Amino acid sequence: MQAITREVLTAKAAALLSDGTVDRVLGWKKGEFGYDVTPGVFIDAQQIEKDFEWGDFCAPNLSKYLLAETKKTGAKVLVFLKPCDTYSFNQLLTEHRFDREKVYVVGIPCEGMLSENLIKAKAEGIASVTDNGDTVTIATLYDGDITVPRNELLPDRCINCKSKKHVAYDELLGDEGEVIDSARFDEVERIEKMTPDERFEFWQGELSRCIRCNACRDVCPACTCEKCVFDNPKSGIESKAPSDSFEEKMFHIIRAFHVAGRCTDCGECSRVCPQNIPLHLLNRKFIKDFDDLYGEYQAGEEVGSRAPLVNFDFDDAEPAEAMERGEGDA
Amino acid sequence: MQVNEYRPLIVAFCCNWCSYAGADLAGSNRLAYSADVKIIRVPCSCRVNPMFILRAFQRGADGVIICGCHPGDCHYTSGNYYARRRMTALFSMLDYLGIERERTRLEWVSAAEGAKFAATMNDFAEKVAALGENKRLEDLRCKR
Amino acid sequence: MQRIGVFVCWCGSNIAGTVDVEAVAAALRNEPGVVFSTTYQYMCSQAGQDTIRAAIAEHNLTGVVVASCSPRMHEATFRKTVAAAGLNPYMVEIANIREQCSWIHKDMATGTEKAIILGKAAVAKVNLNAPLTPGESPVTKRALVIGGGIAGIQTALDIADAGFPVDIVETKPTIGGKMAQLDKTFPTLDCAACILTPKMVDAAQHENIRIISYAEVTEVKGFVGNFDVTIKKKARFVKEDICTGCGLCTEKCPQKNVPNEFNLGMDNRRAIYIPFAQAVPKVATIDPNYCTKLKTGKCGVCAKVCTAGAIDYEAKDEYIYEKYGAIVAATGFNPISLEKFDEFAYNSSKDVITSLEFERLTNAAGPTAGKLLRPSDGEHPHTIVFVQCVGSRCDACSEKGKEYCSKICCMYTAKHAMLTRDKYPDTEVYVFYIDVRTPGKNFDEFYRRAVEEYGVKYVKGMVGKVSPVGNKLKVQASDLIANKQMVIDADLVVLAAAIEPDKSARPLATMLTASMDTNDFFTEAHPKLRPVESPTAGVFLSGACQGPKDIPETVAQAGAAASKVIGLLVKDKLKGNPCVAQSDELMCNGCSSCERVCPYGAITYIEKEFRMEDKSTRVRRVASVNPAVCQGCGACTVACPSGAMDLNGFKNSQIMAEVDAICK
Repeated sequence: MQAITREVLTAKAAALLSDGTVDRVLGWKKGEFGYDVTPGVFIDAQQIEKDFEWGDFCAPNLSKYLLAETKKTGAKVLVFLKPCDTYSFNQLLTEHRFDREKVYVVGIPCEGMLSENLIKAKAEGIASVTDNGDTVTIATLYDGDITVPRNELLPDRCINCKSKKHVAYDELLGDEGEVIDSARFDEVERIEKMTPDERFEFWQGELSRCIRCNACRDVCPACTCEKCVFDNPKSGIESKAPSDSFEEKMFHIIRAFHVAGRCTDCGECSRVCPQNIPLHLLNRKFIKDFDDLYGEYQAGEEVGSRAPLVNFDFDDAEPAEAMERGEGDA
Repeated sequence: MQVNEYRPLIVAFCCNWCSYAGADLAGSNRLAYSADVKIIRVPCSCRVNPMFILRAFQRGADGVIICGCHPGDCHYTSGNYYARRRMTALFSMLDYLGIERERTRLEWVSAAEGAKFAATMNDFAEKVAALGENKRLEDLRCKR
Repeated sequence: MQRIGVFVCWCGSNIAGTVDVEAVAAALRNEPGVVFSTTYQYMCSQAGQDTIRAAIAEHNLTGVVVASCSPRMHEATFRKTVAAAGLNPYMVEIANIREQCSWIHKDMATGTEKAIILGKAAVAKVNLNAPLTPGESPVTKRALVIGGGIAGIQTALDIADAGFPVDIVETKPTIGGKMAQLDKTFPTLDCAACILTPKMVDAAQHENIRIISYAEVTEVKGFVGNFDVTIKKKARFVKEDICTGCGLCTEKCPQKNVPNEFNLGMDNRRAIYIPFAQAVPKVATIDPNYCTKLKTGKCGVCAKVCTAGAIDYEAKDEYIYEKYGAIVAATGFNPISLEKFDEFAYNSSKDVITSLEFERLTNAAGPTAGKLLRPSDGEHPHTIVFVQCVGSRCDACSEKGKEYCSKICCMYTAKHAMLTRDKYPDTEVYVFYIDVRTPGKNFDEFYRRAVEEYGVKYVKGMVGKVSPVGNKLKVQASDLIANKQMVIDADLVVLAAAIEPDKSARPLATMLTASMDTNDFFTEAHPKLRPVESPTAGVFLSGACQGPKDIPETVAQAGAAASKVIGLLVKDKLKGNPCVAQSDELMCNGCSSCERVCPYGAITYIEKEFRMEDKSTRVRRVASVNPAVCQGCGACTVACPSGAMDLNGFKNSQIMAEVDAICK
C-alpha cells in the first residue's frame, strides 16, 4: 500500500496548475487494466481527475520524459518523482540534459511497485488487484480471489530497494525515507561465483531471448543520446535485429558500458523487458565493480559528481587484478 | 602431419608513443614474436573503444590485447589511466558473461621494452592458442 | 571511391629478405580502391619518392599506402613526398612491414602472409582517410628556463642574445647551481667561480633576461607557442629591489646556528643570509624556519641594521603569471642520499664525506678557507681513500643505488686526487674503482697524469667496509688485480655518490606533460636525433635533468636547447597537428563526459541554435574542441556515449576498417 493517496497528488497537481506554478503535469495515466499504467502528461484539472493514476503500478520512472516535456513549454513542468526516480533526475542534470529551472519536482514516497509479471505468474484472468498492506488480493475471473504476501509480488529492484530518500525535490509529500543498505549485489555475486562455463550458459540463456525491441534502451533514463549508436549506420555497430548470439551480447555489453557510471540502478530496463531478461544484473555488475575498485559511487546522488569512468586514481587496479578479486573465497 | 594447424588471430592495439615504439624496438632487435599478432596503431590506449574490441571478436579475432605507456608515462599524461578503468570494466564484464578472461589483456610496454613487447605477445598468443577458437563471442556470419 | 597507390619497399634486403615484396604488391592490387601497386628497393630514397610522385600524377591517385618501415621512421617523409605531388599529406598510411614483419619473422611464407594483411589494413584505412589541414596558432615570443645552474644560465644567455626575452626561474635564492659549489673543473683545472660568475653577471645584466630567484613554477597550461605559466615567488622578507647586498644584516643576525646548505652543512650561516659572495641576485634572504622574528615576533635586528630599509617581515608569497612560447627544463641533479650505505660509515663518521663535500673543503671560499682539514678534528689528513661508484652501476634489483653510470665521478675523483697530491705531497691517496671511464677530450690524459705524475694509487676493486677505529678509518677492500685483501688506515674517506635528477623534476614533468624515464630523467624526443627536445612540443631539455653530464656537455646541450627555442620563437605562427578531436554537433548530447577526460582543457561547451528535423529551432548545448589545444589522444572519443566525438586521422570508422581487414 502506498503511503499517500491519489487524492493528495491530484489535489497538489490541480493547485499548482491553477496558481500558474506549472502549466503541465507529468504523472501516470490509467490503462485498460489496473496494472498497465503509463506515463501521462496532463494540462488541466479535468484530465487529471479523469485519468491520473497513483498506486502500486505507477512504476515508470518519469525523469526521462522531462527531456521532451521541458522543451515543449515556456513554463514549468510538474513531475512526481519516487525516491529512486530522483537519482535519475539528478544524473540527467549532471549531464545537462534539461533545464532544472523548468521543472517543479514533487517528491512522493514509495512502498515498492508491484510487478505485473509476478502477479501474472500467480494468477490468470486478473480482474483487479487490491493492496491490503502486507498482502495483496488478486481477484480473478476463474479462480476467485487469491491472496498472497505483498513481498512476493515485488520485483528485485523493490525488494532490494537502495534508497527511500529523495535526492532532489522542490516539495515533498509524505515522510522522507533513508538510504538503504540493501542486498542488491547478492545476485551479481552469485553469478560471479559460478564457473565461467556456468556464467556463459546463464547469460547465453538469458540474452538469447532478446528480441531487440529496444525497450530497455528506450526506457532507460541514462540512454538519452540525440542519436543512439545502435541507430546510427555510421557507428559500425548499428543493428536492428538480433541475428545471432554475438549481436545479442554486443548490444547488451555496449549498452551497459555506455551507461556504466551513469546508471543509477533504477531497474527500468528489467521492468520493461518483454522477455524478462534480468538486464539490471549487467548494470549492477559495473556498479559493484566500481564500488569495489574505486570507492562507493552512486550515480545521481549529487548533481555534478564525477563518474568512475571519467575519473582515475594513480594506483587503480589493473584489469587482471580486478578479475582475480575474490577468487580465493569462492 | 597436421596440415591446417590452428593459429589464433590476435589484434593488438598499441599506443603510438610507447607500445608501438616498443614493438618497433622488438623489430629492430630482431626479437621474434608470434606472427599471429597484428598491430593497430592508435595515438593512445585511451583511444581504444570497447566497440573496437568487440568488433575484432566479431570478425574472428581470438584474442585482443591493448598496450599503452606505463602508468605515469602517458604521452597525454592521463590517457592510460582512463584506459585502465575502461578496460578493467569491459574485461570484467566479459568475464562475467563467461567469456574466457585470457582472451583480453591490458599491458604497459614502454618504448624501451622491446624484449617485454615480444615476450608479452608470445605469452598472450600462447595462452590464446591454448584456448582455441573464440566460440563464445563469435559471429557466425563473419566466419572465415 | 579512393584511387589508391600501393608502394612496397624492399628496404634493400631488410624487407625483401623475408617478405616476397612482389607478392605483397600483387595481393594488394586486388584490394578495393587500389588502382596501382609497385615495389622499389628504397622507397625513402629520392628515386623511391620520385616513383610515388610520378604514380600520383599518372594514375590520379587520391590515397597512398607505403608498405615499408615503421611510420615512426618515415611517415613524415612520405607525407612530404605526396604533398609535393599535390596530394593532401594525410592521405598516406604506412604499413609497417619491416619492424612488425620482416625483422621478426624468419620464414618467407609467414612474413609475406602477414605483410599482406598489414597492407590490407592500411588500404582499408586509406579508403576512409580524408584530407586534413593543420590549424595555425600564434607564438608568444618569450622563453622560460626552469633552473638557474650553468645549463639554465647558458640556455638563457643564448636565447637572449638572439633577441628574445627569457625568464630564469630558480628555486634557490641565487642562480649558479652546482657549478658554483665546485672548486676547480676538469680537465683544465680552471677555477669554477672564475668561469661561472662572469656568466651569472652577464645573465643578471642582460636586457633580455629576467631572473626570478627563490621561486618555483606551480602551474603550466597551454601548449607549444602558448604556455600560460604560474610562478610562485616565495616570500624572501627582503625587498629585492632595495637590498644592496651589503651583507651587514648577515653579520648582525643573532641566529648563528643555521646549517649552511651551500657548504653542505659543514659550517653555519645566519637566519638572514646571502648564499655566497658572488650570488646573483646579490640580495639577502630570511630563512623563515630559523628567523626568531618570524617565528616568535621578537628580534628585528636585521631591520634595525639595514640602512636601505629593505627588510619586510610582512612579505607574502607572490604569484607571477606569464605567457611563454617555449619552456626549457634545466632542473639539474643532486648527489643521492647515502643513508642506505652503512658499509661506508657515512652516517657514523664525520670523516667519511661525499665528493661534493670534499669540493667545498678544498674551495677557498669553503668552510675551511680551502685548507684540506678533517671535519672531525680539523687535522690535516695523511691518508685519503676515494671510493668510486657509490650508488652508481648498481644491480637493477638493488634498492639503494642507481643502475646507470653517473658519468662525472671518474673525472672529478681524478681531479680531487691530483689536486690533493699537488697541494699536499705528503698525503697518500688511494682511488678504488670498478672501471675508470675517461672518454672525453683530454680526459684520459688527465687521468694518466694523476697516476703517472702525481702518484695517485688507483686500485681496481671495491671497498667492502669502512669502520671508524679511534681517530682512523679502517678501510677494508680488495685489490682485484693483485687478488689480495687490503686494509688501509685512512684519515679521510671520500665517496663518489651517484647523481640523480633533482626532486623537483617529477612534479614539473607532470605539469609540462613531458615524459620521464624510470630514473626520473626527462626523456628526449629521440635519443639520438632529437636529444634536447622533450616529446612534448615546446618543451626543451638542458643539462643533467636529461641524464648525467659534465660541464662541457651541459654547456653544449644548453646551447643546443637554446637554438631549438630560437628556431621556435622566430616563427610567427605554428602549424598544429590536424589529427584532433572533432564533435558532430548534431549528435552531441552536451553531457560533459568528454570535457571531463580531456587532459588539455581543449573542450568547452557552447549554446548553439539548431534547426531540427521538424523544422523547429532549438538551442542546444554542444561540445566544441579547440584544435590548437587538442593533442589528439582520443580520450574523449571513448567517453562519448553517442559517438559524436571522433578523432581525425584515427576515426572510429578507420580503426574498425583496420580491424575488419586484419580479421578478414
